[in-house]
Amino acid sequence: MSYLDKDALKVVGTRPIRPDGVDKVTGRANFGADMTMPGMLWGKIKRSPHAHARIVSINTDKALTLPGVKAVTTRADFPDIPPEKRVLGAAPANLWDLSRNCMAKGKVLYEGHAVAAVAAVSPAIAEQALDLIEVEYEVLPHIMDVEAAMAPDAPILHDDIFTAGIEPRPTKPSNIAKVVRFAKGDVEAGFREADVIIERRYTTKPVHQAYIEPHACLVSVAPDGQTTIWSSSQGQFMVRGYTSRIVGADIANIRAIPAEIGGGFGGKTIVYLEPLAYMLSKKSGRPVKMVMNREEVFRATGPTSGAVVEVKIGAKKDGRITAAQTVLKYQSGAFPGSPVQQGCICGLAVYDLPNALTIGYDVLCNRPKVAAYRAPGAPIGSFGVESAMDELAHELGIDPLKLREINGAKNGTKAAHGPTWVNIGYQQTLEATKAHAHLKTSLGPNQGRGIASGYWHNAGGESSAACHVNEDGTVTVTEGHPDIGGSRASMAMMVAEVLGVPFETVRPVVGDTTAIGFSASTGGSRVTFAGGMAVTQAAQKVVEELKKRAAITWDISPDAVEWKDGKAYPAGANAGSFEPLDLTAIAGKSARTGGPISAEVQINAQGQGPGFATHICDVEVDKETGQVKILRYTAIQDVGRAIHPSYVEGQMQGGVAQGVGWALNEEYIYDKDGKLENPGFLDYRVPVASDMPMIETVMVEVPNPRHPFGARGVGEVPIVPPMAAVANAIADAIGVRLRDLPMSPPRVLAALDQVEPMRQAAE
Amino acid sequence: MPNLSFTAPTTVDEAVRMLAGGAGLAKPLSGGTDLLVQLRSGRMRPEAIVDIKRIPGLIGIREEAGEFVIGAATPGVMLSAHKAFEHAWPGIVEGADLIGSQQIQGRASLAGNLCNASPAADSVPAMIAARATCVIAGPNGRRTAPVEAIVIGPGRTSLEKGEFIVEFHVPKPKPHQSDAYLRFIPRTEMDIAVVGCGVNVTLDGNGVCTDARVVLGAVAPTQVIVEDAAKALIGHRLDEITNAALDAAAQRACKPITDKRGTIEYRTKVAGVLARRAAKLAFERAGAR
Repeated sequence: MSYLDKDALKVVGTRPIRPDGVDKVTGRANFGADMTMPGMLWGKIKRSPHAHARIVSINTDKALTLPGVKAVTTRADFPDIPPEKRVLGAAPANLWDLSRNCMAKGKVLYEGHAVAAVAAVSPAIAEQALDLIEVEYEVLPHIMDVEAAMAPDAPILHDDIFTAGIEPRPTKPSNIAKVVRFAKGDVEAGFREADVIIERRYTTKPVHQAYIEPHACLVSVAPDGQTTIWSSSQGQFMVRGYTSRIVGADIANIRAIPAEIGGGFGGKTIVYLEPLAYMLSKKSGRPVKMVMNREEVFRATGPTSGAVVEVKIGAKKDGRITAAQTVLKYQSGAFPGSPVQQGCICGLAVYDLPNALTIGYDVLCNRPKVAAYRAPGAPIGSFGVESAMDELAHELGIDPLKLREINGAKNGTKAAHGPTWVNIGYQQTLEATKAHAHLKTSLGPNQGRGIASGYWHNAGGESSAACHVNEDGTVTVTEGHPDIGGSRASMAMMVAEVLGVPFETVRPVVGDTTAIGFSASTGGSRVTFAGGMAVTQAAQKVVEELKKRAAITWDISPDAVEWKDGKAYPAGANAGSFEPLDLTAIAGKSARTGGPISAEVQINAQGQGPGFATHICDVEVDKETGQVKILRYTAIQDVGRAIHPSYVEGQMQGGVAQGVGWALNEEYIYDKDGKLENPGFLDYRVPVASDMPMIETVMVEVPNPRHPFGARGVGEVPIVPPMAAVANAIADAIGVRLRDLPMSPPRVLAALDQVEPMRQAAE
Repeated sequence: MPNLSFTAPTTVDEAVRMLAGGAGLAKPLSGGTDLLVQLRSGRMRPEAIVDIKRIPGLIGIREEAGEFVIGAATPGVMLSAHKAFEHAWPGIVEGADLIGSQQIQGRASLAGNLCNASPAADSVPAMIAARATCVIAGPNGRRTAPVEAIVIGPGRTSLEKGEFIVEFHVPKPKPHQSDAYLRFIPRTEMDIAVVGCGVNVTLDGNGVCTDARVVLGAVAPTQVIVEDAAKALIGHRLDEITNAALDAAAQRACKPITDKRGTIEYRTKVAGVLARRAAKLAFERAGAR
């Protein structure tokens, strides 16, 4: 049966209270740092004070003699990972890079890079022991800026990295780890056809995911190697697999138990602490707990790339784009793997471009290795493209929304990076934007309005789900994905819908790695799509089983049983006349009809629907201080089908809030030696609640036919448009274009100061 | 953190003895909103902590002989809760209300904010502008000093070993006298001033300024009393020319640094802006009395 008909749904699309809600608002929920064990030790990390240095020697003797210290670990304890073992399954990480990110080998590559760790009976003793570890460094020249790192004479981070993606293969090592390129048509010919060409350069700063919960874990390694890991992450299977390779253990010996997660936003899709705690536990024979402080989170985890984005767009006078070209240079930090490819793809994916070229550079520098951050890479490229579109609209004298209607992707459009769109809802977001009351309100002095669009491809992939009918007829659903956005509620709702039972009778559980089959991490906006598909299929299997059990009870053919509103009915008069049987009745007698009623499903989900969004932002600029106030914000997004509308709206609002922080104030400040000066929330300024207006949301529903309920990923698209939406609004308010993030008060004031004298001269 | 002693005496003399007694660093504790953070970060490693909150009179506001007397450990929220004080000095209350969050304001004290000796302290400029004084207890008895005499540099005060502030004395406003405090931060709250400005003015019946004090924060190693800014105001109404002179005087008085919170150019410029805006508020309030 199809669940795409919204009117026929009873549970999906409603707004029940989330099953994990009470625990979270009352403080009962157990997060990464909440586990303790008898005999537990505390682990702490010795970190590099230098941005780039050779490790000459590490002496741990004094630390080991400090009373209360039970173990010290350094790189020497960790195995080298041979090339064939550096990738595990379909997981994206290079585990050799990740291993050397967890514990430096030979060189430290950023301030905060781990060089040793200790375990002691108290945190204070562990801290004291850190001071007793003697590390001798030979300080090397460091490089922070992306373009400086690309220069031929730049200090090289890795002498075994040669730029991939260019022919012929280079013979000299480079900080440019990779070049990616997508082309369609002939951009040169396209630019020759253009009446107007906009060519601009934009820059963004690295920004942290800024999850409230710092990384934390507790690891217990038994003498026979059997290991339990409690930790907060975006994937217990990721924790298990990555840790196994980094420490050189078999996966079957590791059980990873997911804690509640206090925010991840992509930043918890890799490990930092678990391998170190493992080694300390193995060496000491006792469980070891490690909890980062905020300073460590800033110095050694995340962020996403800082970047340079060069955009060139040509168009006819009527607004039709003839060619578009982007060149993206992304910082990857200490190891390769910036999300530059997604930046290349997502920036241009919004438009129907006859000719397009995009080139991306993945560039090493002496900063923490970048980690995924909500729609990784996309917001950066889109900041450039969506700002340039606004500048183009201005140049052409065409309304920015109209310009997007003219050039926006539709079903059948072949995207610059290859695919031909089907079942996309971009134009529908433009229609909803055009119809929205927000656009009809007037603006005061120094106020302005900007719009911007965004795209994220969303993800599918490997998921497992189990659906168990309990003896009393209630239902337990087990999934393999940590719940970071309300997915427990969504899973339970889809199961309740399929079974035809009340939401409250279905309880969802996020299982540990021994309780459920392999599931890829929570990320890529994949869980409601892929996990949802798995739980739906599991519930459908259970329905088939329930029908079979009713058929056995009635002694008729299973084909003659119909499942409706949570009950088995004889399908028509020919099937016989029986009282309907509900879940309770069938479950209570399951022993007589074949035993427990359960189903487990493993899938590799395909057909995730692309996500598109269009945002409207109003700002007011204080022209004397450069401060930008967000007056009103409306996010319009094709969400496919909102399974739980409140949590979809929450995702949209959260993405906007993070995007506004990225736009206005968030940045890392380094001194000349490459040391971070603002490793805390006081001076790394995420927006506070009073900085934000209520973010209005409009959910456009263009169902994704590849998902049983029509869902597409919703969590990442909303962080893509905000930076350009804010920049475009500022340009509208004060007539000055800001092309460098963050658009903090000093930068806005400096930009105003530059143009004011010219304006006065013109007058 | 080995050998840290904690005491909570109930008399001023006892507190002085404990602060003066040891060889190492001894810190008085009131709200602890700076001290505990510094302890945790390892920036401050005192040998003794002396909680002064149990000393009678150290928390609370009383009115005496034409003055408000504010106990050193009085948390910020008690200032705004004291209707007479809030009415008298809205600018001082504004400053205290900007410190941290509401939770922080329930603990953070005026003396702590002053003795933490940050040039960016929000409660200090308006106190100096109001010509507030403090009573200091120490091994040599009690002395009185103007608030502006306490901070001598970032993290440094003029208090001698064993000394601590017991109370503040703030004069009551004259007719047509009022004040205002404004600060600039990149966000709307939960931040530290990039620039702060307290303005205290007395007007005559025609709205002409007869006395003024303009005090800037976060633009120099200590709070700055801008004499030229006061001169720009005295004898004038707040018209365009006066505003321009005030703005220029405030900018001239700035000796800021470029750091993670702002550049020299930016701080200087915004100091002028805040001086004008705070003066406008103070004039309006004074005129309305």
